[in-house]
Amino acid sequence: MAIIETEDLTKEYDGLTAVNKLRLKVEEGEIFGLLGPNGAGKSTTLLMLTTLVRPSSGTGKVNGFDIVSQPDHVRKSIGIVFQDPSSDDTLTGYENLKLHGMLYNMPKDLREKRIKEVLKLVDLTDRKDDLVKQYSGGMRRRLELGRGLMHHPKIVFLDEPTLGLDPQSRENIWQYVEKLSKEEKISVIITTHYMDEADKLCDRLAIIDRGAIVAMDSPENLKKIIGGDVINIKIKAPNLAEIKKLDFIKKITEREGFVSLAVINANEHLAQILKMIGNVESVELRSPTLNDVFLHYTGKEIREESAEGGWAERVVNYKTKK
Amino acid sequence: MIKGEIKGILAIWYREMKVFLREKSRIVASIVNPVLWLLVFGGGLGSSVSIPGINYQSFIFPGILTQAVLFSSIFFGVYIVWDRKIDFLKEVLVAPISRTSIFIGKVIGGATDSMVQSVILLLIGILFDKIGLISGLHMNVVSVFVALVILFFSTSAFVSVGLIIGSQMESPEGFQLISSFLIFPLFFLSGALFPINNLPMWLAPFNLADPLTYSVDALRNVLLGSSHFSLMFDIGILAGFTALVVVVGTFAFKRMKV
Repeated sequence: MAIIETEDLTKEYDGLTAVNKLRLKVEEGEIFGLLGPNGAGKSTTLLMLTTLVRPSSGTGKVNGFDIVSQPDHVRKSIGIVFQDPSSDDTLTGYENLKLHGMLYNMPKDLREKRIKEVLKLVDLTDRKDDLVKQYSGGMRRRLELGRGLMHHPKIVFLDEPTLGLDPQSRENIWQYVEKLSKEEKISVIITTHYMDEADKLCDRLAIIDRGAIVAMDSPENLKKIIGGDVINIKIKAPNLAEIKKLDFIKKITEREGFVSLAVINANEHLAQILKMIGNVESVELRSPTLNDVFLHYTGKEIREESAEGGWAERVVNYKTKK
Repeated sequence: MIKGEIKGILAIWYREMKVFLREKSRIVASIVNPVLWLLVFGGGLGSSVSIPGINYQSFIFPGILTQAVLFSSIFFGVYIVWDRKIDFLKEVLVAPISRTSIFIGKVIGGATDSMVQSVILLLIGILFDKIGLISGLHMNVVSVFVALVILFFSTSAFVSVGLIIGSQMESPEGFQLISSFLIFPLFFLSGALFPINNLPMWLAPFNLADPLTYSVDALRNVLLGSSHFSLMFDIGILAGFTALVVVVGTFAFKRMKV
């Protein structure tokens, strides 16, 4: 059964199309990723699916409920971890969870039981009575992750869950997401512009660019599209005429001073290629990444850095302003 | 359904109370400023201005009470702008409760803050009256209770006004700007600092159009025993104004963007 299904979901802001006729189908129990650069429409899609923004046209169903006509049912079915911090830092971890339980009308006994469970799941039991102010960025994310699960949602949305976190905290969050997907048996929707994150976590993903899906499949299948391994060669004057005739070369992309090749069994053929192509300055051979897939479809790269600064950075700004 | 909404209102109130009790500086500032107005402004101006039948400091005590509630109530709206700056507002808006409940929870939260402040200020008034700093206040159980009712209407109304502004603002600076444009005319036109029975022709209509006028007048009625309008008239106007802004506020929250 599809837990999320959208039909031509569209959002326009003052003539600007943020999301364009999106058709998504997410199966129950899978970790599904929305991968794309900043401004691709991932967050807007998520806001529409979580009933916070009304679509301009098209429809969507979450857990079988319509996102426009049955927002209350949708809200009860979902948990969300937002991109920016969404806990109150003048409250303790426990108080934030209690507040959440009250907002979701959980009976007191169940609420207290769930608070204990999710605190344990995200390893914050020892710190539950500390003010969130005193948490690190990673701990705060974990708290919000635990909170998103408290009311037993069928689906959890994670909007850029590791934006601005240090590598260790990122690994950490990934482990929790995998754990909760397994232990709590819920569907997870992740938006991210980190291709390694999408690659590692997602069962399936949709690559989004300018509000539209350009490809949707498992990371493995998407990478197969590249047709082989990737060889990047730095070279001033490549001799490509001969190379083009080789049958194990699937694709040739030329950019200023660089040639990028998609090659079957690159290890075996590297020497031959290097001999034919001319004066090589440097060479890189690797397995294809989702970035290559993105490049393949859109002709550009996913930029790693966010223009407006990371999540943790904004926490700091917020705190100093306050 | 209804139970969920009530629990939601309680949840919002629970959060506001926790924050209020933790930010002690907020409580202290909300008490110190009005006392300064009363002692310094009242004492200074009172030394050369006389209101027939009453000393000037006692005369402005109801006005200063109203002012204190006005400032803290409208200012309460800025917290929703801070919630929007991070994603806390989204966490609340995505919960399965209606925007009306969120608004009501916020109003009750802000009103509770102001009521705590009002009780402390009334106690300070009684204390000042006892030690003779001000005199002629009618302070007894009934008058203090009615004063609190009047202040409750006033704070509910002005918390709503603050929330209406806050719900449409993106930045705390913007909120500050708009709210001071509102707070100062409301305060000065209300007659908090002067009697309103002999105003110049051009000023009187502005005074009458200011909802705060009726709060000040009603408080003078119960605390000083003299007023321009009848108590029922004042409370009627206040209740009507409160109902109006609560309705407008509910709509403002419904069309509020995340």
